[in-house]
Amino acid sequence: MPFIPHTEAETRSMLDAIGVDQIATLFEEIPTSLCANAPQQPEQGLSEMEISQLMRSRANADDGVTCFAGGGAYQHHIPAAVWELTTRGEFYSAYTPYQAEASQGTLQLLYEYQSMMSSLMGMDLSNASLYDGASALAEAVLMAVRANRKSKSKRILIPKTVHPNYRKVVHTLVRHQGIELVELEYDAKNGTINPDSLKISDEDPGYAALVIPLPSYFGTLEDVHTLTDWAHSHGMLVIGSVNPIAMASLTPPGEWGKEGADIACGEGQPLGIPLASGGPYFGFLCCRKALVRQLPGRLIGRTRDLDDKEGFTLTLQAREQHIRRSKATSNICTNQGLMVTAATIFMSLMGTTGLEQMASGSYSNSHKLVERLSTIDGVALAFSSPYFHEAVITLSTPVAELLQILATQKIVGGIDLSNDYPELGNALLVCATELRSDDEIEQFATALEQILC
Amino acid sequence: MLIFEHSQSGRINSAQRTAALQPLQEIPKAMLRKQRAQLPEISELQGVRHYTQLSQKNFSIDTHFYPLGSCTMKYNPRGANTLSMQSGFLNRHPAADAELGQGVMTSLYDLQEILCEVTGMEATSLTPAAGAQGEFAGVAMIRAYHDAQGDTARSEILVPDAAHGTNPASAVMCGYKVKEIPTNSDGDVDLETLRQVVGPQTAGIMLTNPSTLGVFEREIEEIAALLHQAGGLLYYDGANLNAILGKTRPGDMGFDVIHINVHKTFSTPHGGGGPGAGPVVANKRLAPYLPIPMVGVKEHEGTSHYHWLTEAERPESIGRLSAWSGNVGVLLRAYIYAKMLGTTGMERVADYSVLNANYLMKQLQKKGFTLAIPERRATHEFIVTLKSEAKELGVSAMDFAKRLLDYGHHAPTTYFPLLVPECLLIEPTETEDKATLDAFVEAMVAIRQESKENPEQVKEAPLTLPVRRLDDVRAARELDLNWYNQ
Repeated sequence: MPFIPHTEAETRSMLDAIGVDQIATLFEEIPTSLCANAPQQPEQGLSEMEISQLMRSRANADDGVTCFAGGGAYQHHIPAAVWELTTRGEFYSAYTPYQAEASQGTLQLLYEYQSMMSSLMGMDLSNASLYDGASALAEAVLMAVRANRKSKSKRILIPKTVHPNYRKVVHTLVRHQGIELVELEYDAKNGTINPDSLKISDEDPGYAALVIPLPSYFGTLEDVHTLTDWAHSHGMLVIGSVNPIAMASLTPPGEWGKEGADIACGEGQPLGIPLASGGPYFGFLCCRKALVRQLPGRLIGRTRDLDDKEGFTLTLQAREQHIRRSKATSNICTNQGLMVTAATIFMSLMGTTGLEQMASGSYSNSHKLVERLSTIDGVALAFSSPYFHEAVITLSTPVAELLQILATQKIVGGIDLSNDYPELGNALLVCATELRSDDEIEQFATALEQILC
Repeated sequence: MLIFEHSQSGRINSAQRTAALQPLQEIPKAMLRKQRAQLPEISELQGVRHYTQLSQKNFSIDTHFYPLGSCTMKYNPRGANTLSMQSGFLNRHPAADAELGQGVMTSLYDLQEILCEVTGMEATSLTPAAGAQGEFAGVAMIRAYHDAQGDTARSEILVPDAAHGTNPASAVMCGYKVKEIPTNSDGDVDLETLRQVVGPQTAGIMLTNPSTLGVFEREIEEIAALLHQAGGLLYYDGANLNAILGKTRPGDMGFDVIHINVHKTFSTPHGGGGPGAGPVVANKRLAPYLPIPMVGVKEHEGTSHYHWLTEAERPESIGRLSAWSGNVGVLLRAYIYAKMLGTTGMERVADYSVLNANYLMKQLQKKGFTLAIPERRATHEFIVTLKSEAKELGVSAMDFAKRLLDYGHHAPTTYFPLLVPECLLIEPTETEDKATLDAFVEAMVAIRQESKENPEQVKEAPLTLPVRRLDDVRAARELDLNWYNQ
């Protein structure tokens, strides 16, 4: 009986104490009509040795791949200490810190996280995490509609340069609350928001918020300062959806335009979380102080105990579902605590300098990669504007087949854009983080040459 | 001490340098950061020591009995963690070709099948990132079904008053009004009221069975018939699935859709508040609306090939809930756990979680504690009400909870469900041994004795933890959420 400690004698004495002769009696309140469908062929469980053999062979089958894909999930260096510490049982097997006195470890760590993330984003404050970058954007949109009391509009401007899956997730999560997402086109030459689409007529009922990605899904840099000022002058709030590693070097949401963005959100995965087929990651959400009561998710505050000693506790819980029920700011409960534990330790060990090195190393490797690939006949850079650590290239052949051939050589060649952006033709989003060596870049380029020739 | 207080300007943890800083030549100056981010500047040892010491300030399953009702704090097998953290699983990019991830995709497909079998349902989507997202998915699917029938007059979701707060919050996110249904004194849904409120405006009902009161909803078949006759659907909140695993199945009870908290029933770690995962499993009627992506299989030249099913294959889906495919790493842990149990082990999980709860309930009752529903069998959890202790001795459920910490037990869930005054919701789980349960009973008895002899000691508890009771009012009034803003 895996993980059940009872000996037969103990079970017997417990049944005696209850006053029943067998365990089955404890289930007597379940109508017998509902118990007919027990599995016909009971399957025995596997021992740890047996499941290890199975899972090792499966993991080995997936191993040894070189990754040139980004698009919201990035393979960066992760210090060994990060997951050694994160998987300590005291972090790993604790739960939401409802009993603050017995959870000061998790609570202080989350307070440190909130502080670091606020600083990285240049914002006043941060919550303690959401599920991922996509759902964080959805929560930011809901929050903006609640917070923008001056605008009666429940419409949100969301450019096509935002990750296509993020746009889909936002649609799924906000559509039943009467919120309309209005897409902004991008400029075919620059791969950034088309300035022509920023015209609002007098009859237009307006918008509650504008979403600005940085970098964009294409790796390009939106003109965040002009866009922020434009949105504010039209009564909108500004939501930045940003990459946290890039924010070590690029202008963070709090510094955008004259007043800064109102809300910053994004995918926390680059901060020490492995790729792991897409999850678990974590979403971050920061805002300016005035909006704190509209912020969803857990918040940790520093306070004092009976002896006036410093301590940490969940705060402003009146926003949350376990208190407000149907009137809560969100239905979120369990979120991504352990991922934030990893990210906090990651940011501490890397420091600002480490993050800046990682950002510039990724910038430099991606530029090396794109320059090398551009020397191949049939490969061209799709947009002329500057890009950060990934870029769109166009190819002379269909991308899907090419990626399949590269896969047989254990290379993930990038992300195929032809379904989400058919107008770009055979377009591929490629990325090389600081982890990719010159040899790996050359190997990818050689493979591509052979396929295209 | 905070990590920031270990920081010294100019200290660089050079072991973690990745590349020399290089100029971002093509980036316009206006796009570069003006003020550097402020992160700690510490050595690796300072970081390791700081976070190790912080971890030691936590109660956790690995260190303490953790009978937090409704949360199923059972042992999280270390094997599941080790095997999920192999490089082949960790280094796979979510957009990589499915052929480069057959190991993980096979496991996810198998898990989908296991969850169908366990719940008596037709199809599974693993993508919801937590229970609340699974709830959202389930209710959105009910809505999608009614919309597809052209049945747009259904505007209400029924929720028992004992339900988790996430239930009404999720229903509202799906655009529904919430109608609360009272519970009778036996802990069952009040059928009379239900009959009166079910109608053409009813989209569905959200139920947990066993309920949050720790008893099995005996009238479930009648409730299902009532709802279905009125054209409404039934949503099962899987928070309490541990109690019936391998015994009875939500599909057989008449539910149309269910979410499973794998961080409860399938023993994936709670992680200090996530990540969880909330797979959603549906019957034939609601299966087309499951969130994407799901894992599909194709046979080709005698081999099975697993691939993602997206909009093209699942056009009626409610859509995507996460950027990729949910919390895959969590799902792998759940799969490993399920394989280690087998179906025979799953039934034992229910057996022993229910045995432990009934034993603990009986022992507390024998020692004079009042049960909220004394005439019923407990399921995997039960409720003690400290109403008389509060009245006679002036100590509250919260005081008991805090003093339990001094005795080395994490507190049970307090003041939930909301309808029982001064309550403790106690869930021991099947992985605790008899001696631990006995120690908990002794602690409860001792605390009651202290409440008579020295009530201040109980009211001021905890006395032995890193901090004493915290000033929550100050925390909310003088908001301090960011060290750099002080």
